[in-house]
Amino acid sequence: MSEKNKAILTGRHFFSGDLACAEGALAAGCRFFGGYPITPATEIAERMARRLPQVGGTYIQMEDEIASIAAVIGASYAGLKAMTATSGPGFSLMQENIGLAVMTEAPCVIVNVMRGGPSTGQPTMAGQQDVMQAKWGSHGDYEIIALTPSTVQEAFDLTIEAFNYAEAYRVPVMIMMDAIVGHMWERVTIPPADQIKIVNRKKPQVPREKYAPFKPDEDLVPPMAVFGDGYHFHATGLTHDEEGRPRTESIKTQQTLVQRLCDKIRKNADKIIQIRETMLDDAEIAVVAYGIEARAAWSAVRKARNAGIKAGLLRLITLWPFPEKQVAEVAKKVKTIVVPEMNYGQLVREVERAAKTTPVTFLSKLGEEPHKPEEILEAIKGGKH
Amino acid sequence: MITIKELTEKPELFTAGHRACAGCGPAIALRQIMKALRGPTIVTEATGCMEVVSTIYPYTAWNVPWVHTAFETAAANASGIEAALKVLKRKKRITHEHVDVIALAGDGGTYDIGIQALSGAAERGHDFLYVLYDNEGYMNTGIQRSGGTPLGASTTTSPAGTVIPGKTQHKKPIADIMVAHDIPYVATASIGYWQDLMAKVRKGLEVEGPAFLHVMAPCPRGWRSDTAKTMEISRLAVETCVFPLWEAVNGEYGLSPISKAIALKPDRKKPVEVYLKMQRRFAHLFQPKFQHIIKEIQDDTDKRWNRLLKKCNIPQVAVSKT
Repeated sequence: MSEKNKAILTGRHFFSGDLACAEGALAAGCRFFGGYPITPATEIAERMARRLPQVGGTYIQMEDEIASIAAVIGASYAGLKAMTATSGPGFSLMQENIGLAVMTEAPCVIVNVMRGGPSTGQPTMAGQQDVMQAKWGSHGDYEIIALTPSTVQEAFDLTIEAFNYAEAYRVPVMIMMDAIVGHMWERVTIPPADQIKIVNRKKPQVPREKYAPFKPDEDLVPPMAVFGDGYHFHATGLTHDEEGRPRTESIKTQQTLVQRLCDKIRKNADKIIQIRETMLDDAEIAVVAYGIEARAAWSAVRKARNAGIKAGLLRLITLWPFPEKQVAEVAKKVKTIVVPEMNYGQLVREVERAAKTTPVTFLSKLGEEPHKPEEILEAIKGGKH
Repeated sequence: MITIKELTEKPELFTAGHRACAGCGPAIALRQIMKALRGPTIVTEATGCMEVVSTIYPYTAWNVPWVHTAFETAAANASGIEAALKVLKRKKRITHEHVDVIALAGDGGTYDIGIQALSGAAERGHDFLYVLYDNEGYMNTGIQRSGGTPLGASTTTSPAGTVIPGKTQHKKPIADIMVAHDIPYVATASIGYWQDLMAKVRKGLEVEGPAFLHVMAPCPRGWRSDTAKTMEISRLAVETCVFPLWEAVNGEYGLSPISKAIALKPDRKKPVEVYLKMQRRFAHLFQPKFQHIIKEIQDDTDKRWNRLLKKCNIPQVAVSKT
């Protein structure tokens, strides 16, 4: 079996979300993993430790999560598709280097299998408490992309897409997977290699002496040479000009750079954002949910329909950039919105902001279990006018 | 040296009823350590097996003030406690002659994620005892390799397969790294030699300044060993010189009694094979294709042992042939 065939295990499998995520990465062409064990993301590292050597890749277990993400940035610059996987405390440790990946535009994928926080919290229990941290965890203004799977199949599919976005926009992409999806076992279908869409980073098209590593194309993304291609390459976490030279005292450079780093995501948001609308056409009440909560919400919406209530579901797959326009459109159509989350009120604030005057009911759940469909149904009924 | 009779009269400060696995080496280590205290003591502990098993709701195994700190910061947290105690003592708000501080972490929390905090605390010279309970892997998360995992051991992130013979790197010489910090007391200890271990705990608490104690503590789950053989394996680690017992007082190395006896009578030094054979994490090494790893482990053990003898000013002896 060739290394490529070994990387894409075409066929039907029975996987956990963690394993599906690892296999998605391999199918996307990931050949480097900077690991550090942490519950409930350890299975991804374990799978990659076993699988990467089979496909000519490298698994390195680092000494902590700071080192893991730093190694991933290094591997990305050296030309490999690279990822790491962690959970709450490790995600916190990674934040400074996530900023570095944003600033140096290093394509990489970071998986956060979300457990209960803050601090050590509930390591073996699920949560959705890091969804704001995904966007705001590192200092400064920046944009990243964050995706959230609701099924094990999606854990596989979205990991491939995460790599594609990372390569296309030269940005860290996060997979925010609650620990229920991470540890849940379901059937996964892996398509043949030729049916998997793969995006690779743009290579420089200019002569070596004319290459400026941070000079963007029209889509605001600069082509990326890798170390050793022969291009002069200077990358820094300091504010830098298009040549990559530090410009720590230039107002204009700071304005131009930070704006572009944000705009390359904001202006491409329509291309990036993925949502799923179910039974929303005639809906009077919309449930906005993501991850495992979306599955409970789907059941609640069906129950509501059976009871004659016009409910619908807006499932968010992309959390960041936030699907503001999409939520606003739904908000215009419905009388009320219900947002169930496994936290004490996070993404609901974004929903409220986008929904403007449409009332939003928030349902909080902390400590492992998602909402029961009946609980969401109650809220739907409560919102029925 | 303490006798068994005296030992039984000591209070149990790490109590029974915790949830450690059968044959857990670190739990035995903690019981021994906590019986060697000299007075009021505060324990700060990094995330790890012993933190988890000793504090499962609604119980605690700790009969001393105890705090769970972030994985990477046991030594930094201890620094803060110690510095505050100093102030309180200076202001005469504490009247005890001494309040001891113990920072406790496993090999993951020491070799890997915690070494920065440990090194910083040692450099600043805080007066505390750092205890590393070394079970040679991240056992709490399900047996991943650490900087303390030895060459050839199979873990879930250094799995032995048809090509790769388990972990391909050696164990980091952590205790020597701590000696290089020029702190007053560094020692290695084994639960298989409890009197030696307890004496070293006491010494570590008594010295002024940072002390570091490296305790070898087998994990039957991670080592895939017989739960009834934990003590035997602990002693074999010492008898094979895989884990010799020594102490460095103000940077001067000296062998502890059992290792000194082996140094003086090299025939007593056992081949590493007998130690490896008792642990299924090394089982793959006994296949013909990986046998050279066993030789490499033996050679490395001999190399380190001879280096240690030199540091202890003991004439180098011929390597025992296996």
